[in-house]
Parts: sequence; structure tokens; C-alpha cells
Amino acid sequence: MPALELDAVRKVYTSGDSEIVALDHASLTLGDDEILALLGPSGSGKTTLLSIAGGLLTPTEGRVVVGGEDIGGYAAKQLTAFRRRNVGFVFQSVNLVPFLNARENLLVVAEFGKRDKKAARQRADRLLGELGLADRMQNLPAQLSGGERQRVAIGRALMNEPELVLIDEPTSALDTKLGEQVMGLIVSEVKSRATAAVIVTHDVRMTHFADRTVHITDGRLDAGDLAQATEAGEPVAPRAPVVAG
Amino acid sequence: MSIGLRELRRKPLRFGAAGAALVLLTVLLLLLGGLLDGLYLGSTGALRAQQADLITYSADAKKSLIRSRIDEAERRQVEAVPGVEQVDGLGVALLGANVPGQSDVASAAVIGYQGGVRGVPDPPAPGRAYADRRLEAAGVEVGQTLLLGPQREPLEVVGWVDDTSYLLQGGLWVEPGTWRSILASARPDATLADGTFQALAVTTAPGADPAQVAAAIDGATGGATTTVTRDDAIAALPGLREQSSTFTSIIAVTLLVAGLVVALFFALLTLERTGLYGVFKAIGASTGQIFSGVVAQAVVLGALSFLFGAGAAWLLSLPIPAAVPLQLEPNRVVVTGVALVAMAVAGSVFSLRRVVKIDPASAIG
Repeated sequence: MPALELDAVRKVYTSGDSEIVALDHASLTLGDDEILALLGPSGSGKTTLLSIAGGLLTPTEGRVVVGGEDIGGYAAKQLTAFRRRNVGFVFQSVNLVPFLNARENLLVVAEFGKRDKKAARQRADRLLGELGLADRMQNLPAQLSGGERQRVAIGRALMNEPELVLIDEPTSALDTKLGEQVMGLIVSEVKSRATAAVIVTHDVRMTHFADRTVHITDGRLDAGDLAQATEAGEPVAPRAPVVAG
Repeated sequence: MSIGLRELRRKPLRFGAAGAALVLLTVLLLLLGGLLDGLYLGSTGALRAQQADLITYSADAKKSLIRSRIDEAERRQVEAVPGVEQVDGLGVALLGANVPGQSDVASAAVIGYQGGVRGVPDPPAPGRAYADRRLEAAGVEVGQTLLLGPQREPLEVVGWVDDTSYLLQGGLWVEPGTWRSILASARPDATLADGTFQALAVTTAPGADPAQVAAAIDGATGGATTTVTRDDAIAALPGLREQSSTFTSIIAVTLLVAGLVVALFFALLTLERTGLYGVFKAIGASTGQIFSGVVAQAVVLGALSFLFGAGAAWLLSLPIPAAVPLQLEPNRVVVTGVALVAMAVAGSVFSLRRVVKIDPASAIG
């Protein structure tokens, strides 16, 4: 079952009498353990696509299916429950809770989801261990480096065992070396869980970490890549070495 | 919810301004409440101590003890009313008492009684009195002879009684003859015949309806009397209602200010937290979960501020002289605490609209 299916998705914002088309008949299918890089300039609609795929926005037209669940007609409450259950987010500005330590930042997800506390603690510890943060669990975000904060954010996105991880500009605040480390870690974590991921980036240097790259311009997905996307049966392995960081 | 409480624990200074305001408001609320209670208790002790259900005044006295007169004939009419079990005469004289060794004159209420007063033994011998502890602050001691009124009538204090003041003047409980003689010496125009009292404390028989008995008494005296319940008699004390409504209004406004302080604080905090709450919503928090954290913060902030405020009010009350009728009653403290926490919660509810409006999509882009 594909992790994500977008079928002729349109998102239109109205401002006074004018209409702004943020996403124009976008169609995309993502395999259940595929990593897709969504590449485009600012204002191209990549954030809108990410928001619609993650149930943060509802499309004006079209069908959105995540893990076999058609979320197109979901009300706000259903979308909240859906996000809690099925999606993991890594935000561009990391957005960790400043007064919670690294471990608690992961446990926030379990708290909102009312999950078993003991199991959640074990999962948080395991994830932080895998992310190389075993000895930083008790540190507040302000006591962590940029890369460490990004790793905590990755851990938080994986806490609810999501079917789809949506990652927004993960390297924008990092230098190239650190960016590559973080990307390697994302790929490693996502692949080891056979989870699908969409990584939004405008940094071409990072696209080689993905199984494939789709370009987006003015709300339209690149036709060539779209064809490749719909044909994609077996996702390809990452083309770059995984760097734990 | 626990995220909100953890924020409170780890970043207490963030809540310092609102907490300090609530502490000060608590001090104000408790001191105002303490004054109200002190004034009320100090004014009403003599009437609250009556075991009787009903108080009978002469009709023309308009429920004023000082103006009222009930003679022996009327008393007999009252005693004959069915449902009346016991009748005790009552009278008060407000005057100054010279205390040995003290330069200031103590304000005293000489109360003539026949019995039926909670916490006060049967009337002492003529020329002797049980004194209310309020008079202790004026230097009164057991065994002393006080000199009362302009004629300096001697009165020996033979024991203490508690909470029996009348109109903020310490009670001196005497047998009726002593009261009449002190009253006559202080106000020759108000000399009363033997057997005449200002009011009657009427105890109704078990099972009798006090309201019906009161009506029957006033009927039996041909309208010469006005009989009211003890609570009505207390409420009719001069100035009491005005005192109570003034203080209650100030307390209500202070509580309202507490609610507004909390509302403003959480409105600003929510504004500052918009980004974070957006992230919470994006990762699956419901508005209810976020808002319950805000309410939990308000409850703990209100409760802790109240505890600190109560401690501060208590410390501040220590150096206040006994002449100031300040009384911190446990009931008042509990009610103020509950009201403050309730206002804190009500204040925090104003943030709900803002929390509802936060768009989870704001977390991205």
C-alpha cells in the first residue's frame, strides 16, 4: 500500500477578489518505505503540499490518501487524531519545547496520544540512543547544539511510529557538513523503520539522500519526475553513505 | 496538562509578575474580609450568643434595643402565648468604663440579662459582671472594679466570657438590677421601672414554628411589640447592613481585578505561545489538551499565590492593634482561597478563544 497518494490536489487561497493557486492539480504516489525529496524555490507550493499530506491543511480539490486512509473529507478533530496517529513532523525551525528536556520533548507526543507511559519512555530512550543523544537526554534545548536539537526533532517525529514522516527544510539552519550528517541520520532512521518520508528542501546538494526527487514550481509538480513517481514500484536505496551523527 | 505544570515548575519566574499581583490581591482580600468579619462579630456577639429563637421589641423602637421598652404587663402577655417556652429580659447600656491604671476610657456595653446566653453563666451578684475578652485589650483584668459612666458606678469583674460584644463595645454581663441602676445613673431620662426590659429573648417550644409564634406574640400584645428572629434582629443592628454591603462590594471588585490580572497574563502568555501551541496542534494535541494545561497553570498559580498571600496577611495582622476589629476567620480564608482560584480559572478561560484559533498549519512554513 502506498504511504501517500495525492490525486489532482488543488489548493487555492482567496484574497479579496483574487485567487492564489498554491497547488495546481498535483498528483504523486509515494511507496511505503520511499524517501522523496521535494525540491523547489520559495513560494513554489512545497510547504502547502507538505501541509496537505500531513493533514495540516485540507485541499480545495482532489484526493489525499495516507496509508490507505482518505483524509480529504476529514473535519479538524479527525485530522488532529490522524496526525497524532499516522504522521511525524520535523519542522524547519525545529520547534522543540524550550522548558522540556530532550527526553520529555519526545514524550510530549506520547502524552498527547495517551499512549502507554512505560512503553513510551522505553521508545524515547531507544530513539535518543539511536540518534546519539543517550547522554543528552536530560538537557534542555538551550543546552543542545543546533545539530543535537535537529536530532531531537527527528526523534520526536518518530515517536508515534508514523507511516509518513514529513520533513521541512531540515538543513536550512545547518552548515553543509552538519546538514549532511543530519540528512544521513534521517535517511538511516526512516529506512530502518521502513517508513516513507517527504523531505522538502531547496538545497540541491541534499537531494542525493532521497530515493527520488520531485521538483515543484508555481504549485505544479515537475512532469518528468511525476512520471517517474507514478512508475516507481521499488524505491531505490539511498545513494549516499549513512552518517551517524 | 502536565506539560503546563512542568513549565510552571521549571520557569516559575515567568509567572512571577502574575503571582506577585495575586499574592497582593490575596492580602487585600483577606484583610478586607478580616475587617468585615471583625466588625460583624464585634457588633453582633451579644445577640448571636442568645439561645432564644426570637427577640421581641416594642413596636415603636423599630428593632432598636436602645429605644425599645417592654414592661412587665407586656412580658406576661408574651409568656402566655402558646409555643413560648421561656422568656428572658434583655437590656443594654453603652457607656465608658474607667479601668484602674488606664488613662483611656474603655467602651463597654453593660448588658442586663436573666439567663439563656451561650457561654455566659447565670447572672452574677449585683455590682458584679462577666467581662468580654475584648476588654482585655483596654487593660481590664478579673478582680478589678471598673467605674462606669459619668457617675462612676462601680462594677467588679468576676470572670471572662468570649465573643459577646455589642456594636464593637466589650460586653459586661450583669444581673438586671445592676443594669437598670447603671443605665439610670448614666441617663436619668432613661430610668426604667423594675421588671421593665428593653427587649425579650423568647425561646420557642420544641416543634413550634418560630414565625407563627412571633406573629402570635405581636397579636397578643395588640401590636405593641415587634418580634423577629435572632438573625433578623442581628441584621437590624445599626449600620451592619451598610457595613456588610460596602465591604462585600470592595471584596467583589478585588476578586474581579484578580480575574482580570489572570486573564491579561494568560492572554499575553498565549500570544507568546502561539508558535509552540501551533506545533502542539500539528503533532496531534487537541485544543482541549492545550487548554487544560493553561487551566492547570491558572489553578496552581492561583492556589500558590493564595497560600503565600494568606501567610503574608497573617504576618501583617500580627502587629495590628487589638482595637482594630480584624479577625481572620478560617471560613473566610477557605472561601477567599476558593474564590481566588475560581477567578484565576475564569481569567484563564479568556485565552480559550485564542487557543482555538491557533492554526496547526502555522507550525510549518
